[in-house]
Amino acid sequence: MIALSFFAAILPLNTLGHYIHWHFIYISVANFTVVILMIVTFVAALFLPFPGRRRRKENK
Amino acid sequence: MSSEEIDRQWTTRLRRKVAGKLPPEKLLPDTQPSYVASWIYVFGVATLAALGVVIGTGCILALRGPQWWHGSSYGHFVNSLHLWSVEVFMFSMVIHLWGKFAMAAWRGGRMLTWMTGVVLFLASVATCFTGYAIQSNFDSQWITTQAKDGINATGAGAYFNVLNFGQMLMWHIVLMPLVLVLITGMHILLVRAKGVVPPFEDDLVPAAKITRVSE
Repeated sequence: MIALSFFAAILPLNTLGHYIHWHFIYISVANFTVVILMIVTFVAALFLPFPGRRRRKENK
Repeated sequence: MSSEEIDRQWTTRLRRKVAGKLPPEKLLPDTQPSYVASWIYVFGVATLAALGVVIGTGCILALRGPQWWHGSSYGHFVNSLHLWSVEVFMFSMVIHLWGKFAMAAWRGGRMLTWMTGVVLFLASVATCFTGYAIQSNFDSQWITTQAKDGINATGAGAYFNVLNFGQMLMWHIVLMPLVLVLITGMHILLVRAKGVVPPFEDDLVPAAKITRVSE
C-alpha cells in the first residue's frame, strides 16, 4: 500500500493530461514519452551485443 | 479401400501437403542460423508472451464484468495488467516491425510472412480501439463520440457502430481475438516453414553453409 502511494505521488494520474503543441503536431506527453522510449529501445536492440554471441563466434 | 482411393481422399492429400511444407524438424527445429541471435527476435517473442498475458487477463475480466474491474482492488489490478500487457504487446511489436522492415524481411519468398505481420499490426490497432471503446467510463465516451464521425465517413458504420457498446464488446472479445490468434498462428508457421530472413551479405550463401546454433 505504501509502495502504491509512493508511485502515485511520482505519477499523479488524477490530473489533466499535458500536451506538446508544435505547429500541426499535437501529442500528449505520455504518448511522446512512449515514442521516444521505443526509438531508444530500437537503437539499443540494434547496437547492444546479444548475450553469448561472442562466445559462439570464438567457438567457430 | 484401394490405395488409389486413399490417395484421392482430401485428408490424405492435405496431410501430405502439410508434411511436405512443414516437416516436424522444421516445425520444432533443434538449431537456428547464427543470425537469429538478435534482440529484434527477442521483441518478436516478447510480443507473443504479452499476447498470452493479454488473453489471460481478458478472460478474467470477461468472467467478472465491469462492476468488478471498476469497483474492487483486485479488479483494478487485473484491469491494469490487461492495459499494461497491451502496452508491452504494442511496444514490442513496433520494435520487431521496425527491425524486420530494416532487414527487408520479405526477401526470399517471405512476402506472406511479412504481410501476415502487417495485417496483425493493423488488426491489433483495431482490437486496441474496440478495447478503449468498451472501458465503460468517461474516457470511452470521449473516444467513441470523437471516432463515430470518422468511422461513419468510411461507410463502415453499419457494421462497426462505435456508440453501440454491445457490438464493440463482441468485436473486442470474439471477432478480433479470433482474427489475431489465427493470423499469429499463421505468421509463426510461416516463419517456421520459410525460415528467418538471412542478413543481406548472407543472401546468396547456400543454406547448408550457414552456421547454426542451438535454440
